[in-house]
Amino acid sequence: MSTKTTASESRQPPLRTLPSARTRPNGRKKRPKGWWLPFALLAPAVVFEMVIHVIPMLTGMWISFIKLTKFFIANWGEAPAAGLENYGVALDFNSSVGRQLLQSFFVTCGFTILVVAISWTLGMCAAVALQRKFLGRGIFRTLFLVPYALPVYAGIIAWKFMLQKDTGAINHLLFDNLHLSGSKPFWLIGDNVFIATVVVTIWRFWPFAFLMLMAGLQSIPTDVYEASSVDGAKPFRQWLSITLPMLRPVNLVLVLVMFLWTFNDFNTPFILFGNAQPAGGDLISYHIYNASFLTWNFGLGAAMSVLLLLFLLLVTGVYLLVLNRRSGRA
Amino acid sequence: MHETTPAKTFRVVVLVVLTLFTIFPLYVMITSSMKSLADVQGAFTWWPTQLTLQPFIDMWTTVPLASYFVNSLIVAGSATIVSLVIATFAAFAVSRFRFRGRTVFTTTVLSTQMFPGVLFLLPLFLIFVNIDQVVGVQLVGTRIGLIITYLTFSLPFSIWMLAGYFDGIPRELDDAAMVDGCGPIGALLRVVLPAARPGLIAVAIYSFMTSWGEVLFASVMTTADNRTLAIGLQLYSTQTDVYWNQIMAASLIVSIPVVVAFLVLQRSFVAGLTHGAVK
Repeated sequence: MSTKTTASESRQPPLRTLPSARTRPNGRKKRPKGWWLPFALLAPAVVFEMVIHVIPMLTGMWISFIKLTKFFIANWGEAPAAGLENYGVALDFNSSVGRQLLQSFFVTCGFTILVVAISWTLGMCAAVALQRKFLGRGIFRTLFLVPYALPVYAGIIAWKFMLQKDTGAINHLLFDNLHLSGSKPFWLIGDNVFIATVVVTIWRFWPFAFLMLMAGLQSIPTDVYEASSVDGAKPFRQWLSITLPMLRPVNLVLVLVMFLWTFNDFNTPFILFGNAQPAGGDLISYHIYNASFLTWNFGLGAAMSVLLLLFLLLVTGVYLLVLNRRSGRA
Repeated sequence: MHETTPAKTFRVVVLVVLTLFTIFPLYVMITSSMKSLADVQGAFTWWPTQLTLQPFIDMWTTVPLASYFVNSLIVAGSATIVSLVIATFAAFAVSRFRFRGRTVFTTTVLSTQMFPGVLFLLPLFLIFVNIDQVVGVQLVGTRIGLIITYLTFSLPFSIWMLAGYFDGIPRELDDAAMVDGCGPIGALLRVVLPAARPGLIAVAIYSFMTSWGEVLFASVMTTADNRTLAIGLQLYSTQTDVYWNQIMAASLIVSIPVVVAFLVLQRSFVAGLTHGAVK
């Protein structure tokens, strides 16, 4: 995320300090009149972020080091220290807990790569297809944004209905209309769960990529394209050497945000599967949620969450480091 | 500029495929909401064998949908208003003042977006329970608990987007207002806010949508008293029947307000993104 702030800051006009500070440039001891104002303006935001995000997160880290099971939930201050025991259990890949966590992690990785790659591709295709003005462009743009505007659960519930084995629209379309051979499969249990989860999530996420890329395309001046087509550049060539480089700042942020959202996705499996937890749809957030709230072993759940956070920090850090270095060289 | 044939083919194929993909669930949702229970329990049909609007009537009595609706409306509405006010002040500070800790603040706030929800869901739940025990303010199972939780979810993005929007408003306008005797706050209220209206609208829609659709925290923090639509919509099933037609009807009804609002104001939203995010 830090690239976002630095990128926007570098382009901002230089900020004024407070007017009174400007008239008294060497007033280091005496604080300028009204110096507290920006802090007062930020205070409510800081307080709420602290109460809802920062303090609970630190508490979560602490919980990961204690044996917080259902016996201590009422007076959790008295739960015995566990040291690294929770982490040991979570990372012991010979035990069933560790093995399931590892499996969930791999499922989530595969899921994330597919969802981000395909959503980005679909979003890019749609944004490019709608770049040029034509009759009905507004209708397509509006339609494509509907899945994004729809409340998360409404879209997923509709898919859940469609994925029913005997009464669902998917099997009807594939086997009754398109006459695929074989018998109608289950989509919400068994081997097809992974595909179902990926498709539903792409349906929900690709409009976001479309929205961001469409906003990005609007800032590319059209005369660049006109000049290059005078030089004889074909559309694909134009996309490769104009569109893609110009969208680089957008893509940098978009891919990172989509990665984080997809990797943390809880809604799709939770609404599709309830507490059934089929292996192919056992995304990591959903896995940790079930590990904590079904077994009431919160210490273990917190340890898993901390591991997840560390992994996300690592990936984000490497991503920003690599891309910043590359852009510095260019 | 003439469009080449491959480019046109590409456009047509992309639009057809994506239109079908997008419409499919929406079509199923709409047609199934007008089917009888027997119809949705049998093999799927593309068109209702018997067109009926009964599910739109029954859905209010199968589960207390109206009370979920009111809960969602109050929670999402309050969270949006409070978050908008807080974000406006914070964004104004970030955009107009240079102060110690400014970069730290923006970076920290944005990075909270990265935290997995499950990491602070449980501690927050425990903190709420403890606040109840110590101070006697009930936060789990009440709307107020949901409101203060949800308003923070949209804060980072709102602050970031509004700050970008405020940056686009010339500072000379503030100066002019200050010369006329306004303080910085007066300049914010009288000059910056009216000029930033599209940005404020976009942020308000975003906040409302975020709260209206939140599932994870609702699944833990709601009881029968404050249950929101996100959880309530999953209750349309008994031991024997799943009322898919009513579920689809209810999904449709709870979606229409947000979808319409978003689509009507999408231009503001995209403009806000180009201002804040993309720049």
